[in-house]
Amino acid sequence: MNDLRSPLAKVKGLGVSPDASHHFWLQRLTALALIPLTLWFCFSIALLPEASYAHVVTWLSSPFNAVMMILIVIISFQHAHLGLQVIIEDYIADYRYRLGTILTVKFISYFMMALGVYSILKISFGGV
Amino acid sequence: MAEFKLPANSIVGKGKHFSAPAGAKNIKTFIIYRYNPETDKHPSTDRYEIDMDNCGPMVLDALLKIKNEIDASVAFRRSCREGICGSCSMNIDGGNTLACTKPIAEIEGDVSIYPLPHQPVVKDLVSDLSNFYAQHASVEPWMKTTAPVSPDKERLQSKQDRDKLDGLYECILCACCSTSCPSYWWNSDRYLGPAALLNAYRWINDSRDEATGERLDELEDPFKLYRCHTIMNCTEACPKGLNPAKSIAEIKRLMIKRKM
Repeated sequence: MNDLRSPLAKVKGLGVSPDASHHFWLQRLTALALIPLTLWFCFSIALLPEASYAHVVTWLSSPFNAVMMILIVIISFQHAHLGLQVIIEDYIADYRYRLGTILTVKFISYFMMALGVYSILKISFGGV
Repeated sequence: MAEFKLPANSIVGKGKHFSAPAGAKNIKTFIIYRYNPETDKHPSTDRYEIDMDNCGPMVLDALLKIKNEIDASVAFRRSCREGICGSCSMNIDGGNTLACTKPIAEIEGDVSIYPLPHQPVVKDLVSDLSNFYAQHASVEPWMKTTAPVSPDKERLQSKQDRDKLDGLYECILCACCSTSCPSYWWNSDRYLGPAALLNAYRWINDSRDEATGERLDELEDPFKLYRCHTIMNCTEACPKGLNPAKSIAEIKRLMIKRKM
């Protein structure tokens, strides 16, 4: 079927989706937060006397280290799914595939966040 | 819209060859994309050998020479031949530019000429820019005011505010920038592209305009504005030396500024 809408009607489409700048802002905010967090993580791991199981468990038992690790896990996955959503919107043209892929990425991201936080807390509190 | 597999009839074959006249010493070969959607034939590239001792300096001079003296069937747009009308935009030697301001001497080896990328082809080097023009219209590129001004008065603007429009008002809508942008190639049905966004910013940045907020509202969209990933092809391509990428960055900055 020919699309007989005017070019202007096609361009205007469904109008605007005004949470776009929030997505943009959140992506920059998480990127900014990850700079000090990643630096801290690299230095902290490098400064461990040895990379043995016992040393890492002790390190993670410190409340500060555990909180920083939880922040890294949550913010990394949030940054990842925000970024992946942009890539998906760029390259997947079909609405159904686009929606399906974005949902999958978000669900995996939230699951990994929860798994990461749970694991850190378990080690931090229980010292398994 | 991302298309990784090309349609069958987009494979470009070899076309005709037109040799230079006997005795020509300074020969340059022009390889020109030929396509007529009204026929079933695949696109092809025709090769034209030109005697440069008998041709003007710009790519448009060579195209006109080809059309006038060798092959009248070559289709392309042109009008002012001095870089102000934006008609003769095409892909020359791998980059989008105006044929009338592109010196042949800048191009090493053969000169390849294609239509603007990723637009429907009307014929040969003429692309269909209906969507591009509609995008320009959609940003409502005219002054919008509500405050009444006496009919016998001008709307005043300081020299400093007028200076802010330099680098914006000069856009000639040739589409070199938008059609060089990969984001525009994949999503030109929804992404407005650098030219329309530069023109939107030209009015957002105009001190006399009273619709700045509404203009920003109309752009606050993941596709209309935020498909720009600062690739900078637009700024690289612009034959007028403008910087659409900077305009887009300024719009994004204003989006954050009005939140904070």
